[in-house]
Parts: sequence; structure tokens; C-alpha cells
Amino acid sequence: MPEFEPRIVAFLCRWCAAAGADLAGTSRLQYPPNAIPIRVNCSGRVEPQWVVEALKAGADGVLIGGCHPGDCHYVVGNYKTRRRIYLLRRMLAEMGIEPERVRLEWISATEGARFAQVVSDFVAELKRLGPLHGNGGRG
Amino acid sequence: MPEIKPRIGVFVCHCGKNIAGTVDVAKLAEAASRFPGVVYATHYEYMCSDPGQALLKRAIKEHRLSGVVVAACSPTMHEETFRKAAEEAGLNPYLVEIANIREQVSWVHSGPKATEKAVRVTRAVVEKVWGDRPLEPTEIGVVRRALVVGGGIAGIQAALDIANAGFEVLLVERSPSIGGHMAQLSETFPTLDCSQCILTPKMVEVSRHPKIRILAYSELEEVSGFVGNYRVRIRKKPTYVDPAKCNLCGECAKVCPVRVPNEFDRGLSLRSAIYIPFPQAIPSTYTLDAENCLGIVPLRCGKCAEVCEAKAIDFDMQEEILEEEVGAIVLATGYELYPKEAMAEYGYGTVPDVIDGLEFERLLSASGPTRGEIRRPSDGKIPKEVVFVQCSGSRDPEHHKPYCSKICCMYTAKHALLYRHAVPAGQAYVFYIDIRAGGKDYEEFVNRAMEEERILYIRGKVAKVFREGEKVVVWGVDTLTGKRVEVRADLVVLAQAVVPSPGTEELARKLRVACGGEGFLKEAHPKLRPLEALTAGIFLAGAAQGPKDIPESVAQASGAAAKVVALLSRPKLEHPPEVAEVDEELCSGCGICAPQCPYGAITVDEVAHVNEILCEGCGTCVAACPSGAMSFRNVGDEQVLRMVRAALEVEGAGV
Ligand SMILES: Cc1cc2nc3c(=O)[nH]c(=O)nc-3n(C[C@H](O)[C@H](O)[C@H](O)COP(=O)(O)OP(=O)(O)OC[C@H]3O[C@@H](n4cnc5c(N)ncnc54)[C@H](O)[C@@H]3O)c2cc1C
Ligand code: SF4
Ligand code: SF4
Ligand code: FES
Repeated sequence: MPEFEPRIVAFLCRWCAAAGADLAGTSRLQYPPNAIPIRVNCSGRVEPQWVVEALKAGADGVLIGGCHPGDCHYVVGNYKTRRRIYLLRRMLAEMGIEPERVRLEWISATEGARFAQVVSDFVAELKRLGPLHGNGGRG
Repeated sequence: MPEIKPRIGVFVCHCGKNIAGTVDVAKLAEAASRFPGVVYATHYEYMCSDPGQALLKRAIKEHRLSGVVVAACSPTMHEETFRKAAEEAGLNPYLVEIANIREQVSWVHSGPKATEKAVRVTRAVVEKVWGDRPLEPTEIGVVRRALVVGGGIAGIQAALDIANAGFEVLLVERSPSIGGHMAQLSETFPTLDCSQCILTPKMVEVSRHPKIRILAYSELEEVSGFVGNYRVRIRKKPTYVDPAKCNLCGECAKVCPVRVPNEFDRGLSLRSAIYIPFPQAIPSTYTLDAENCLGIVPLRCGKCAEVCEAKAIDFDMQEEILEEEVGAIVLATGYELYPKEAMAEYGYGTVPDVIDGLEFERLLSASGPTRGEIRRPSDGKIPKEVVFVQCSGSRDPEHHKPYCSKICCMYTAKHALLYRHAVPAGQAYVFYIDIRAGGKDYEEFVNRAMEEERILYIRGKVAKVFREGEKVVVWGVDTLTGKRVEVRADLVVLAQAVVPSPGTEELARKLRVACGGEGFLKEAHPKLRPLEALTAGIFLAGAAQGPKDIPESVAQASGAAAKVVALLSRPKLEHPPEVAEVDEELCSGCGICAPQCPYGAITVDEVAHVNEILCEGCGTCVAACPSGAMSFRNVGDEQVLRMVRAALEVEGAGV
């Protein structure tokens, strides 16, 4: 049986996290291809419901990437995200889903290496946790 | 509305070998041709090239495409390019999206997995385009006049530049005269030209300029509207003197029985209740300070009115509220020095012969309370030994301000040098942490002070300042030798930290402009947008944005003015249409969304309303709405969920 490859949906804010991901590219940093990026204007746009739906639809983990505190292009969007994701993780834990499956990370436009590292770490962690849907082994 | 079947085209770019070397572009295009909604898919060597764009345009027409996905480099590179091309082919540009398969796929992955990810990424973006609606940018007109708040050198420069470009300017200054702190300075580093001599001509130019209206003794009370269309309410306090009649004879001040500390001399002299802050004041008129006047209500004194031959004094003058419209606003509210009370360890505020830098400027000034002779406040004696303390309240995160006030190294060198010119037998000591003289000719200036004027620079921090008899004792440590130093001085001058003008934060709140941690107005980007606030149409100039000397304040003011002129010169403003919108049917009017918005774009009556021009498109309100009433154009919840599902669909990978 092939090794379990977790599937990740990554919501990235365009000003920082997506720009950081672009920089990882420009710097030719290799990292696992498990995360499918979806670009949003601000991490503040990410709705907890999206995260839940992603997990329902087959994701083993969801990454939300935003600007560092104080750096949000829209001033405070990432603070709102932090609160929302904190609450969401608590709710997930109550539902018996490991809160580690939802990761909120601050990644600046200059942190290409950090973006690559975050994805690598997340993939490793999800491999440890195993598949969410008992659908391991898919390619 | 009948469901129209989408006709989406997918264009995969090779980017030479950049993409095609890793991702199997033929396979990707083939997979894309089978995605739901896609009627045409192809791949090409360089999509962004002219032939690539021509191919895109041709396909839009030939296949009557209702949406386009270009799978290529990051959208920050060519989203604009492809949207423009599509528009030229008759397709609404907002129906064109980029799938980033270079920076986020081919450059970071390898092998068949890279192609698989490219397929998923492209598939998700096809779903987005499926849900996209054609949008038109919102257009708004521009009111062709500007408001400048603060009449220091920065505000003066900004007002002149804008007015000289042909636009009307309202210059609001809260004190009775424009000029700001520069009017109080004696001579200016590094050239030692007299401050008043270079400032006064500019003040006169402002007052004579047909396009500038000075509103002194006035404050901004309320602001509404948005870029190009601000409405402002200005409160003009009564001066009780008609400037048109006042001939500056000064008889009124002579008979006024009131004596209060003179702000312009930083309390080192007294003034009457009716006064002119300094002889060159603009507007050129006396002002009656109602707070200290004995006669306003009830009419008890009235001596000034009796002697005024010009009949300029009018006790019935009322405060005026002006409502004005402007297209752009420059904030130039300047700075203040860190308050005396805060420096108890240096005896400031309790020992009369411990003064701050601006007080020393007044002592140095030929028009100051001592006519330029250095005489100490307590007994009027000429000090034989003067200690200057740099970084007083600056660079001290534990007790005071963490930042460097930037101008103090320079003006302290200037002070010590001017003191030595005035009192050649005197000795000047300077306590410093280090010398920061980064401007043009600045280092040379400080060296000149050190060497030619034999000023004793002591590297170290002052621990304590206290009074002993006639002397002011300064205890410090020389950090170069590690020895304790005691100087028995006659006068101590503290280079107090530069802080924002009182009221800056309140003003910022009214304008929805952010302040940094230390209360200075915050620029939109610390490096790339230093002249403007994040709020569109609001610009920053001078020390209000952070400690600055005169050349820097003037430079920033001219820069901000150029931005204002560019804005006011545009016939119309366009605002991107990708913003939040409310479904009034679903909205419960709960108002949860409004405080989420950093731009104040949402108002709530029965239902919420988004001001399209103010909305910057973060989407935070959308995520907060409990009723699903707030949505985001072309990033709808349903759209995102479809993207998510498409990205995860196993078969969807198709490879
Ligand atoms: C002791 C000392 C010596 C100095 N010597 C030199 C020197 O030799 N050379 C040099 O280059 N620089 C010198 N400087 C620095 C210089 O003073 C500043 O760079 C300059 O004054 C900044 O100009 P500004 O217009 O930004 O602010 P300010 O001069 O502070 O002017 C701001 C104006 O805005 C008004 N205002 C504030 N709030 C409001 C409001 N809410 N509504 C309406 N109006 C408002 C104020 O009344 C004021 O008129 C010195 C500073 C100090 C403290
Ligand atoms: S949060 Fe939603 S329901 Fe409440 S006022 Fe705003 S748009 Fe309406
Ligand atoms: S999307 Fe952001 S900027 Fe626009 S109204 Fe909502 S909170 Fe305000
Ligand atoms: S823009 Fe990046 S988190 Fe708000």
C-alpha cells in the first residue's frame, strides 16, 4: 500500500501568505505538493464554515495563511481570523476532530522559506495523525 | 434568470521550460478540456507574449467564451495583462482568473505529483470563474480642493505646492498663527540660518496666495465621506478681533490687566489676554483669549475695546462652524515635546533651571524673552556651565519612549555651539548615548561643535539631576571610562523626546487613520507608501508621522502635495468592484458586521449598507455575518466551497 498522502486546502491571503508562497517559488524551494492553495484577499475573509466544509469534502487538514499580527493589509483582519480559528479549533475538538488539522500561520511576503517549512511540517504532522476519513492510501 | 451554461476556456502556459519543464502541459490542457464548464482548452509557449494574447483574444471570440482561466505564473505578474486582453476581445475582465502553476507548482515540485497539483489548482480556479459575475469598476467624481490640517512648516509647504498647482486649499491651524515650531526656533542646523528669516516669507506667501484660505484658531470637528469627496466640519473659534480692522498697534495688550504664561515663549515670559503670539504672526492680527479674559462674560473689563482706535474688538463675535467639501486631506499636525512631569528624575518641572530644548531656543532667539541673551530662568544670571542631556525620554523602552527622536543629536550640537557663541567663556557639556548625525553636512556640523567650540561630549547616561544651592547638580556615568561624573552646572537643557501633538489620536480616529504604537500617524506602508495613510485620499506630512527635522518635513510635505495634485487632477476615480455587498432580504440588521470593518464602510439602519468606495475588500465582515446576508463579489461562499470540493475531488485530478 502506498504511503498515506494527506490532502490539504490552503487559504492564503494575497498580501502576505500567497506572496510568501510565490517567493518560495522564486527561490526554487522544494516542498511537498499536498496543499492546494486558494487565494483570498485577507485571512479575515476565511469563514470557519469553509474549513469545516473542506474537512467534510475530503481534506485531511486546512491551512490558513495570513500576515503577521500588525501587518494585515486591512489593518485588523488577521486578529479576527485568530479569534475565529481559535473558536473553531475548540469546536472541532469537541466533535472529536484533532484541532491540529486546522493550522493558522502568519507568513510574510518575505518568508518564502517559512512557507515551505510550514507546509512540510503540516504534511508531516498530518501523516502522523493519519487520514481523517479513513481514506488513507489514496495517491 | 435561466441558468446559462458556462463556456470557459483554459489556457495553459509553458513559460518556456519554467512550467513545461516540470508540469506536463499537454496533459493538463487535456484534463482541463474535460472539466465541467470548459469548452476549450489549449497550451502555448508564452501566453503573455503578443501572439499568446492574440491566441487568447481569438479563442474568446471564436468559442464565445464566458470565462477564462490562464494557468500560468502568479496573478501578481500578469492578471492585469490577461484581463486587459480579454476586455479587448469583448469579455468582461472580471471573468478572467489566473491559476498559479509556476511559483506555487512547477518551481516547487517535481515529477507527476506536480502535474497532478497543477490539475487540481486549475480545476479549482475554473470553478471560481464559473461563479464569477461581470463587474464594472465604480466611478466617482473628485472635488478639486484640498484640506491641510496643521500650519507648521510641513502644512505650509504642502498648502503652497497644492495651491501653486492651481487647486484651492483650506489650511486649518488650531493656534492663532501658522508657523508651528519652526517659528519658535532661533537658528537652524546645519547652516545656522535664522529660522524666522526663512520661514516668514513662506508664511506671507501663504497669506497672500489667492488659492489658500487660512482658517486659524480652528479645528477639524467632523469628517465624513471618502476619497475625492470628503465633507468636513471645521470649528472656528472667535478671536474677538476683526483681522481686517486690526492694525497691530498693540494698545490693547498694554492696557489688558491679565498676565498669563506666554505659550510661544514656552512660559518663559508672560502675555496679556489679548495678544499676538509673535510679531510676524499670520493671520496678522491680535487674538483675545476668552479663557483668560476678564471681560467677555459678563462684561467686566473691556479696557482693550476702549483703547482700540480701529474699533477692531468685537465681544459679540461668535464661533463659526464651516461645512466644506474637499477631495483630499493632508495631515501635518506636527509634534510636541515629552511633558515635563514625565522626567522627574531629571528635576524637570521642579528645578527651574532645568529646561527643555524649545525653551532654550526661546532663550537663544533674538526676539525671545531675553532678547537672545542666555539668562537662566531662576535668577536671570548668565550660566557659566551648561549641561545638555540628549535622549531625555527617548531610547528608554522601560521608563519612557522606546524610539530615537532623531533631531536631538543635531539640535543639541547646535545649542551647545550657539551657547558658546553667546557666552564665549562658558563651558558646555553634552551627555549622549551615541551621536546620530545621518543627514547631509550633519556629521561635519557636529564635529565642528566638538572641535572648534571645545564642547565636552561625555558618553553616558545621566542618572539624576537635582538642585543644590544656586547650582544644578548632574550625576552621570561616563560609559567610555566607567567613571562616575558629577557636573555642577548653572543650567541643564533636556533634549526631550519628540511625541505626537496632543489630540493626534483623536484626530486620527475621526479620519479613520491608524496611529502607530507611539501615537504618530501611520503610513500605508513603511517603505513604499510613506506619504499616505491607509485611508484613500488622506496624506501625511512632517513630524506628525514621526520625528523629523525641517528638510525632511518639507520633503515629505512636497511629496504628499504631489500625490494630492495627482489625485485632484484625475477627472474621475475608479474603485475596484470586488467588494462586499449586502443581501437586504437576508440581513437582520443585527449590526455585527459594522464594527468589523477597519474602514468604517458599513452603516446599519434597518439593514446594513456597504459604501462601495470605502470598502477595500478584505471580506472580514462577510465572515462575521451570522445571517449569510453579507457576501463578497466574485468570492461567494458557494463559489469557494465549489473550489474546495473541486480541488479535493480524487477523480478530478484526472492524471
Ligand atoms: C529644540 C528643537 C530644535 C530644533 N531645531 C531644528 C533645526 O535647527 N533644524 C531643523 O531642521 N529642525 C529643527 N527642529 C525640528 C523642527 O522643529 C521640526 O522638524 C518641524 O517643526 C516640523 O514641522 P511640522 O510642520 O511637521 O510640525 P510643527 O512645527 O509641530 O507644526 C504643526 C502645526 O500643526 C498645528 N496643529 C497640531 N494639531 C492640530 C490640529 N489637531 N488641528 C489643527 N492644527 C494642529 C500646530 O499648532 C502647529 O502649528 C528642532 C526641534 C526642536 C524640538
Ligand atoms: S452582520 Fe449580516 S445580518 Fe447583521 S447587519 Fe451585517 S449584513 Fe446584516
Ligand atoms: S469587506 Fe472589509 S472593507 Fe469591505 S465592508 Fe467588509 S469589512 Fe469593510
Ligand atoms: S491581508 Fe494578510 S491577513 Fe489580512
